[in-house]
Amino acid sequence: MSAVDDQQRRTGLFQRPSSTAGIKGWLTTTDHKRIGIMYFVAAMIFFMAAGIEALLLRLQLATPEAQVLDSDVYSQMFTMHGVTMIFFAVMPLSAAFFNYLLPLLIGARDVAFPRLNALSLWVFVSGGIFLYSAVFFGGYPDTSWVNYAPIQEVGADPAGYTLEGGVQSNRMLFYSLSIQIAGIASLASAVNFITTTLNMRAPGMTFMRMPVFAWMTLVVSFLMLFAMPIIGVALWQLMFDAGYGGNFFRPGAGGEPILWQHLFWLFGHPEVYILILPAFGIVSEILPTFSRKPLFGYAAVVFSGVAIGFLGFGVWAHHMFTSGLGPVANAAFGLTTMFIAVPTGIKIFNWLGTIWFGSLRYRVPMLFSIGLVAMFTIGGLSGVTHAIVPHNAQQHETYYVVAHFHYVLFGGSVFGLFAGTYYWFPKVFGRMYNERLGQAHFWIQLIGFNLAFGPQHILGLEGMPRRYYTYPPGMGWDLWNLVSTIGGFLIALAVLLFVINLVWSARKGPEAPSDPWDARTVEWLTSSPPPQHNWDVVPTISARDELWHRKYTDEEIPRPVPAGASSDHEQGEADSEHIHLPDPSWWPLVLAIGLPVASWGVVMDSWPVIGGGIALMLFAGVAWGNEPVTEPEPDDVAEPVEP
Amino acid sequence: MTDTHDAQQEQDQQGQHQYPPSTGEYWQIAAILAVLTAVEIGLYYAGQAGMAASVTIPGLIILTILKFVLVVLWFMHLRFDRPVLNRLFIIGLIFAGVLYGIVALITLT
Amino acid sequence: MATETAHAPQTNFNVSNEKMGMWAFLGSELLFFGAFITVYLVYVPRTADGPGPEVFDIPFTSVSTFILLMSSLAMVLALAGMQDGDLRRFRTWTLATALMGLVFLGGQLYEFTLFVQQDGLGLTTSAFSTSFYVLTSFHKVHVAVGVLMLGTLWFMSFTGRIRADGQGTNAVENVGLYWHFVDIIWIIIFTVVYLIPVDLVT
Repeated sequence: MSAVDDQQRRTGLFQRPSSTAGIKGWLTTTDHKRIGIMYFVAAMIFFMAAGIEALLLRLQLATPEAQVLDSDVYSQMFTMHGVTMIFFAVMPLSAAFFNYLLPLLIGARDVAFPRLNALSLWVFVSGGIFLYSAVFFGGYPDTSWVNYAPIQEVGADPAGYTLEGGVQSNRMLFYSLSIQIAGIASLASAVNFITTTLNMRAPGMTFMRMPVFAWMTLVVSFLMLFAMPIIGVALWQLMFDAGYGGNFFRPGAGGEPILWQHLFWLFGHPEVYILILPAFGIVSEILPTFSRKPLFGYAAVVFSGVAIGFLGFGVWAHHMFTSGLGPVANAAFGLTTMFIAVPTGIKIFNWLGTIWFGSLRYRVPMLFSIGLVAMFTIGGLSGVTHAIVPHNAQQHETYYVVAHFHYVLFGGSVFGLFAGTYYWFPKVFGRMYNERLGQAHFWIQLIGFNLAFGPQHILGLEGMPRRYYTYPPGMGWDLWNLVSTIGGFLIALAVLLFVINLVWSARKGPEAPSDPWDARTVEWLTSSPPPQHNWDVVPTISARDELWHRKYTDEEIPRPVPAGASSDHEQGEADSEHIHLPDPSWWPLVLAIGLPVASWGVVMDSWPVIGGGIALMLFAGVAWGNEPVTEPEPDDVAEPVEP
Repeated sequence: MTDTHDAQQEQDQQGQHQYPPSTGEYWQIAAILAVLTAVEIGLYYAGQAGMAASVTIPGLIILTILKFVLVVLWFMHLRFDRPVLNRLFIIGLIFAGVLYGIVALITLT
Repeated sequence: MATETAHAPQTNFNVSNEKMGMWAFLGSELLFFGAFITVYLVYVPRTADGPGPEVFDIPFTSVSTFILLMSSLAMVLALAGMQDGDLRRFRTWTLATALMGLVFLGGQLYEFTLFVQQDGLGLTTSAFSTSFYVLTSFHKVHVAVGVLMLGTLWFMSFTGRIRADGQGTNAVENVGLYWHFVDIIWIIIFTVVYLIPVDLVT
């Protein structure tokens, strides 16, 4: 019964792909760099879709009693804008950075589980496709991204819309299942990145020598590891309520609507830090490079990141101050919420300390990083006002809240992610982006962003509620709404410039050297773009900011290290040791296709379709298990077996 | 070679216990688990027959924790393994216990 | 030594990536089950005039609990067989584990049909019934996945992916960890759902 290794290449449906060329090479890849690029592209597509939805919302709100969207479509659009931005744009954009950079930053050849990594990518993509397929099943989800159950029971829309029976719960199912699928992808990534960071660091790469971005990846992975199960359970229960007549959140049969809010925000608040910490990590890499100074207070930045991660689990009820928790719970959660501003403030001051007296170079990544520090601080300050319970009751469900979270999520996360995109663009594509276009992008985005969301503070304080599809004239809201819409379109213009810059520069930009920024961390040691195996020789790390110490002397005014003086410059030819890389595989893709199929089955209430999807997943899973990560190579088979 | 080295280290850390435990030890653990389960069921019926809940409920909880710990330490051989694995699991336990404890408290009061 | 381990890169914590990933995943699973159990505890008294926990058949469930508990013993014996390089022992005990898992599943499903048909406790009856069925079914799905993985391991010992020279020990160990985890979750569910008298909790 024993089989020759050779025959295993032919087990299952497909022959195991061995080539990395062409579309097949991309579909079956297990290379963390290709997966990272695909994450980025897919997430940018969803980002633009969500952006278009936002523009439609802003068009509708530009003038009072506008008729661009009716109330039903408006509800669908703001729900899709939120869900897409959070689960299918910003989280995967961060994942793109984790994927591409984490192994390079810690000196590894790949992630711990390359095929699981590919699975994360395809599951996320299939979740997004599933969500957008809702339009063929009675419309998109329309109950906002927080989706307070049992909102599907509310019945006819006061504006006069009555939906046919079943449509409402179909929309709810699309909400529940698509986020569930995205959650599976996040959970798989979390396991993968935790194991990679803990287990696969280069020789000498101790925890306190790790780049801050690698640290933030670790913290975010832990947040996902412990937060995704919570929303997973809540969504699962919602699915039973909406699709199978369950009673989890139906008060009539004993259900507890407030439980949905608890579970949702128990996940929802760590989620906020899942969205922002990657951007913090990116900025902590960029500011030192463009200030030509080491990061001020490395340990403080790292530990405040970890502290944010822990505290992030203890503040969820501040989203529920108006739900009647009682004064004790309100006071306790108000306090913890104010505490969490402390580590965040520590980070801000450390960044300022890094810039202080540095020799600054205002390149595009630096501009975006400074933009983040400024914009996030504004958002952070309005966040502290939410922590004050009576104040919160006043602001609840107004545009003030919308302004706050766009300052932290757009002014924070998105600015940071764009900064990172420009910063690592030369490494990824081996070409420079266009600096002037990039500068134009930054300034238009900064101005547009402040025009769009600054006035929303005022609108909120003047009492304009969020999620309403229109408003009457003469409320004093007309001017600020118009300004906000103009700002929104400026952001769209800026993002358009960004995309043009990336697409054009990736093909036509001037070639980039391996270290164009005179940077500090080891990913700039390898060629641009890096070879598939990342390093010919894995670097040995002897200091924080390893690359800087290889280039410059440790003096008050650093001088370049004389050429040849540093013995550990690993260039030259490849080591004769054979580098084993994971082989490509079809199974992650096949398994990922099973998820939306089963989910469509749930929406159509068709057991054969559900069964088909599950069977596909099981089949792919078993085939996956029967296929080794790395195929044994001919020279291995001949190798004598060690005693 | 690394394996012998590891085993050495484990022994140094854990003192008398050696990994892997013998199959005899596995049978012993299983027997203890079976007895504990029997006691649990006995407690249930004792409660039905009128034993005070202030005895049965803490008893059941303690027995459950005992069984949980036995399986984790021996069958999942966590007591012989690296402390880092321990920590991963215990962080999960603490998070689950504390967070859901607070939620239950808030919802039920 | 097997080719797989000979080429495994040295890891920082001297633990295989697979094992570390599995423990991280199990840590995460605790939050899955924790949420379901918490929701169940909140909803136990909310029977909406339908049947409550008094329908549970303690002797029957005790037997299936015992079988699941003993399947954990079979699992460690399979791993021990693997570690001793005894493929026959590995196969026997793996199969025994999977079979015990199947018996447990069968017993549970039989119990469900009784609840539905005799006691009229359906999924939609009350908050209690929904939370009970979803909690225990979620556990059952885990058992079923475990049985499937055990079957795959058993099959792999015939195709040469699991060999007497130690190749595949890692996979067996990790499936074992998963299986024991499913067992400890049932240990908790058995006490919390079946044994603790509800009327006194509330």
